[in-house]
Amino acid sequence: MSGEVASRFGVLWLQAGACGGCSMAFLDHGRRGVFADLEAFGIDLLWHPSLSEATGEEVVEILQGIVDGRVPLDALVVEGTVLTAPNGTGRFQMLAGTGASLLDWIRRLAPKARHIVAVGSCAAFGGIPAASPDPGEGVGLQYDGIDRGGALGAGHRGTAGLPVVNVAGCAPHPGWIVETLIALAAGDLAATDLDALGRPKFFADHLAHHGCSRNEFYEFKASAEVASDRGCLMEHLGCKATQAVGDCNQRAWNGSGSCTDGGYACIACTSPEFERARGFLATPKIAGIPVGLPLDMPKAWFMALAALSKSATPKRVRLNAVKDHVVVPPGRAKRWGAEGGDG
Amino acid sequence: MTRIVVGPFNRVEGDLELKLDVEDDRVVAARVTTPLYRGFEQILIGRPIGDALVIAPRICGICSVSQSLAAAKTLAAFSGAVPAPNGALTTALAHAAENLADHLSHFYLFFMPDFARAEYAGRAWAATVGARFTAVKGSAAADFLPARSRLLEIMGLIAGKWPHSLAFRPGGTTLALDLGAKMRLRAVLADVRAFLETTLFDRRLEDIAAIETPDELDRLAAAGRGDFTVFLKLAADLDLARLGRGPGMVMSYGAYADVGSSGPFFAAGLFDTATATTRPFAPANIVEDPAHSWFAGDAGSPSRAETLPDIDRPDAYSWARAPRYDGRAVEVGAVARQLVAGHPLVRAMVVRDGGTTVASRVVARLLEVALVVPAMETWVGGIVPAEPFCAVEGEPTDGSGIGLVEAARGGLGHWMTVRGGRITRYQIVAPTTWNFSPRDGDGHSGPLEGALEGTTLSGFGARAAAVQHVVRSFDPCMVCTAH
Repeated sequence: MSGEVASRFGVLWLQAGACGGCSMAFLDHGRRGVFADLEAFGIDLLWHPSLSEATGEEVVEILQGIVDGRVPLDALVVEGTVLTAPNGTGRFQMLAGTGASLLDWIRRLAPKARHIVAVGSCAAFGGIPAASPDPGEGVGLQYDGIDRGGALGAGHRGTAGLPVVNVAGCAPHPGWIVETLIALAAGDLAATDLDALGRPKFFADHLAHHGCSRNEFYEFKASAEVASDRGCLMEHLGCKATQAVGDCNQRAWNGSGSCTDGGYACIACTSPEFERARGFLATPKIAGIPVGLPLDMPKAWFMALAALSKSATPKRVRLNAVKDHVVVPPGRAKRWGAEGGDG
Repeated sequence: MTRIVVGPFNRVEGDLELKLDVEDDRVVAARVTTPLYRGFEQILIGRPIGDALVIAPRICGICSVSQSLAAAKTLAAFSGAVPAPNGALTTALAHAAENLADHLSHFYLFFMPDFARAEYAGRAWAATVGARFTAVKGSAAADFLPARSRLLEIMGLIAGKWPHSLAFRPGGTTLALDLGAKMRLRAVLADVRAFLETTLFDRRLEDIAAIETPDELDRLAAAGRGDFTVFLKLAADLDLARLGRGPGMVMSYGAYADVGSSGPFFAAGLFDTATATTRPFAPANIVEDPAHSWFAGDAGSPSRAETLPDIDRPDAYSWARAPRYDGRAVEVGAVARQLVAGHPLVRAMVVRDGGTTVASRVVARLLEVALVVPAMETWVGGIVPAEPFCAVEGEPTDGSGIGLVEAARGGLGHWMTVRGGRITRYQIVAPTTWNFSPRDGDGHSGPLEGALEGTTLSGFGARAAAVQHVVRSFDPCMVCTAH
């Protein structure tokens, strides 16, 4: 156990209208396995639906103990869209064996929690199950899409004072989940560490684009045209990495990957209402110009720079962009010296 | 007779509730409820056809690749796309990695922890099994999780990330691997093999795959020191070969269909455990029946079904509909795949036991691990880095298509209709929809409902470990079940 953590930190993890993918990501954390990580920082899983031994009435005893104030709850973690259908009753997800909806249970438990953590964009904002026609009337814990509110209401705070901490992503990086829990357990996460949408800044102050392995193609606007081309995915294939937050390309996913590294578009899964898009795999354009340009750059400047870049694109970059393999390798300097080396 | 309600039922990848009618400590009737509905089939309607690749995998973060592949196969039915040979191999490798991660997670994290329950405190093996397999705290989970992460590095190399990758297309996968990536795949598989041969099996994979009779399995149980051996000993002590008998008919859509020229790696078909005979499979025989489900409508083919929630439907008790093949409830999963494929050990166990049971389900799952890893090594060897990984895809046209794959837990089917490039109908029948189906319009039970009948509760009522074993032996994926 870390010397900085004075006492145990109890986590109750619930799955709302979830796919289970956030728990799968959570399980992928750490060289020694996520259970060793939790133990190292004094984090106890009071109950996790996929991992704990307790079942049936044993679970109800734990939940009721928290509601009654007999069991302290340091963090309520929710994964999945909170379903309110039909008509605000939440009957589209009844918590088995209890005769009450998960919506009801979340509202009973949340006032007892020192911290509330939404793991994944579903619990944060609504996510894919809240996509039109939104059959389950899905909301996040503290947001309904981009709007504050959600299952707990805009004003809800954990008893320690923080709003709902939104570990957005579909699914989030394992590190985003576990680092957030460790920071809460260690008392290291303050309100100032969250962005305007409640997302920890340690990943949300970056763009998914930062560190993209296709960066040189982006710089020269050398674009992929079909799936598996090596070029930039923004102009034609729907990539939103220049608009979506996340240090996605500064971390390895499953050892080495990322979405754009894997050859497909960022769909902005860390953003509220990303599920509203239609035609995820093609870039929407008006008069041949992509609609979704970088957020903080004047459009005219972007277009001018893009035109300049395209006119200056090296043959190597232009040709490789539309092939699945490198067809023109970097050039070779005649000798290392003041003139530089390869390339 | 008393009725007991069991829930929240955990370690089942989602939400599950059981209602058990009990007489003299034995279950006489069971009703299986899937209590969560999100509405994916409704969400897919009206969207551009390619959005199925984004939406469908998010039904399930556990079988995400299987959902992607079913969607991609359905799209291929429209576009006529044929995967590039490299893409067929990388697709199979990623799919196998997910399936093996699911099989092993089931064994180490979901199934085995039940033997550490207090109900078994008096057994001679309680202390050692408890130290090894207690949920979260046991030494087995600590050994397994790093191996699981290493196995899933196959996703980082082929598919960018897991779960929920957009790498899987009708024409293959979106990243062309170079020689270094191919060697990294080899290195991952070498580490996975080492974990399995050291910790799980205490034998070479090929030696496990070659076991043909229950007697040979008993000899392994007597001599081996791996975690598989621990299960075999528990199964003998607790008579798990007689617990949780299946419905008598099993089905497989055929697994890893595109990697060879001679059909799927594991064959498609049905197998009747009463007569030990196989039958060919035809998708036209599949019907979904909402008679006891919270949906409007009548029984019919998924190719023509609508999804209309009706939470007040009389006699309904589940968000799952009841799929039936030729009117029968059938079991799917690893035991079904190996029975259809003709593995001698699994067939011999089922003949001996009078049907599928807890023991043969678990053995088939781990046997499959031993069969698939060597195949994966061969598939990696077949990758030619200089060749394409993703064939150019044709323009989709109007029509209807079916995509069938074998997920870890059994057959997964997508049925789609498209008009003007937009999805007008999308139906999904998942593996656990088959296994955990409610009753159909004729009142016939689903496979789990039938398997629970006759289970003895040993005085533990809703907490009985036997119920836990039967349920988890199917390795349910409840988030897939109703979607």
